Amino acid sequence: MIHLRKALLLTAIVALGACSTNAGRFGAGGPGAGGSLGAGGLGSISDPTSVAYFQATVGDRVLFEVDQATLTSTAQATLSEQALFLMSNGEYTAIIEGHADERGTREYNLALGARRASAVQDYLVSQGVAPNRLRTVTYGKERPLEVCSDEACYSQNRRGVTVLTAGLGS
Amino acid sequence: MTKLRNFLIVVLAGFAAMAQAQQGPLRIEITEGVIEPLPFAVSSFVAETPGASTYAGTITRVIGQNLAGTGLFREIPRDAFISRVTNFDSPVQYADWKAINAQALITGSVNVASDGRLIVKFRLFDVFSEAPLGEGLQFVGEPDGWRRMAHKVSDQVYSRITGEAGYFDSRVVFVSETGPKNDRRKRLAVMDYDGANIQFLTDASSIVLAPRFSPRGDRVLYTSYETGFPQVFELDVATVQRRQLDVQTEAMTFAPRYAPDGLTVVYSLAQRGNTDIYALNLRNGQRTRLTSAPSIETAPSFSPDGTQIVFESDRSGSQQLYVMSARGGEPRRISFGPGRYGTPVWSPRGDLIAFTKQNEGRFHIGVMRTDGSEERLLTASFLDEGPTWSPNGRVIMFTRETAGATGAPALFSVDISGRNLRRVPIDGAGSDPAWSPLLP
Repeated sequence: MIHLRKALLLTAIVALGACSTNAGRFGAGGPGAGGSLGAGGLGSISDPTSVAYFQATVGDRVLFEVDQATLTSTAQATLSEQALFLMSNGEYTAIIEGHADERGTREYNLALGARRASAVQDYLVSQGVAPNRLRTVTYGKERPLEVCSDEACYSQNRRGVTVLTAGLGS
Repeated sequence: MTKLRNFLIVVLAGFAAMAQAQQGPLRIEITEGVIEPLPFAVSSFVAETPGASTYAGTITRVIGQNLAGTGLFREIPRDAFISRVTNFDSPVQYADWKAINAQALITGSVNVASDGRLIVKFRLFDVFSEAPLGEGLQFVGEPDGWRRMAHKVSDQVYSRITGEAGYFDSRVVFVSETGPKNDRRKRLAVMDYDGANIQFLTDASSIVLAPRFSPRGDRVLYTSYETGFPQVFELDVATVQRRQLDVQTEAMTFAPRYAPDGLTVVYSLAQRGNTDIYALNLRNGQRTRLTSAPSIETAPSFSPDGTQIVFESDRSGSQQLYVMSARGGEPRRISFGPGRYGTPVWSPRGDLIAFTKQNEGRFHIGVMRTDGSEERLLTASFLDEGPTWSPNGRVIMFTRETAGATGAPALFSVDISGRNLRRVPIDGAGSDPAWSPLLP
């Protein structure tokens, strides 16, 4: 288990919309729980070194087109900001989650999620983030964020999420 | 398998000679697309000892359900019976069964022996030929194995009338699901083929996916997130002990399946975003790479003779089915229809491949010959996926998931003719069924 920085633990929690928070989402067993910061560890949104700032202001996720793992220009812009954040906040490592919508078979979607997470990782590395600070995990269609069965939800579920973990560096 | 018991099968004396002389016309040829279900009667099994009556009632009921559930047979309701069989060894009153158009008649008895074991006997009669069909048999086992004895009787009846092996005495491993769609809890579970006797194999602390039985039914391969990342595990069904296969820190593994000899596992390994198929020798731990392409290669399935592997790949630009040698090498594409094809599973008879097809926003379960010809779609819905074959290659079970925020998966089965679509009755939601071989 990765220990949280004391500073983060002591910082007041900031209310974030449920949809924009992924820390702790996966409960026991997932890297989102084992390595991420639980409630109370997000820090202040006004602190530009905090997880809360990363999630809300930098943007912790990018979205993908149907059955694609290529990064849109919007996604590239977000990831460039993520890279800047990671390079100026060297105490974080990150697990990059790749997700798919429900319109695919389970194992194919695992492979697709792996491809998406890897695309995010490769872009961050290309922007200067050390590869040993990043790991990828695929969730396929196992953890949708939105639960309706139309494109409005699917488009939000086809995502790559950069989940910060504190400490350890590499 | 914790419930597994050895059943003593004894041919009842006196019927062997008759059975050999018998060449009755009672036969269902199930190669045709549509058939008229064969009407049969199960006379209430005779309870021959005081403690046997509860078992006699439930065994009679399960046999009726098994046979009627195939769609090949139609059970004649008991209140239509003219004859009552009160003595297992009394001559059959064929006229009484002809009068209600019962073409097949099953009679039986149940004893609780002095050692506490259950003795179940049965006979099958071809009513219109006025002759027994095959020999009388008896099964001996522990009382809590009564359902398996009912399944064994059903398998005998099925195979004598159809000429094909049965599938009732088998189990299904699947993923039991609870909780909301965005926080689903998943546990591995096993059940009888008909949804009874559910036992859990894992707790709900980690996501588990897509289990598969070993060729002998004693082990299960599956994918678990218990390390935080998808990894392939093997679990011993009897002890529920599990171990991670091919431990690696920088790769994710999933989609594991056994070779027919149970000694090799093929699976997908995703590394740097690229998913390929590997084989792992369970004896020496040696790993062999079978595909080497920048595309997605996953969902492998062995041919029953172990020489070939069918899998899915998007190397053409979309998900399609390919066949390659079990040692790897250049694959041959076999799916060419419109849409995408995934989750291929080779039938136990070797003649067909079942698959999931996505086309124009719908999901289908289908079958094709192993060269890709004669594709037939058996189902259509918002989301059908993940076919698994009954041990005799006659029935396919799969996951059907409903749409929307309250959507949930359920287990369904369908005959390979496309008829007899049924929901498998289990408590709660379930997905990713995988059928065991016929139990010994």
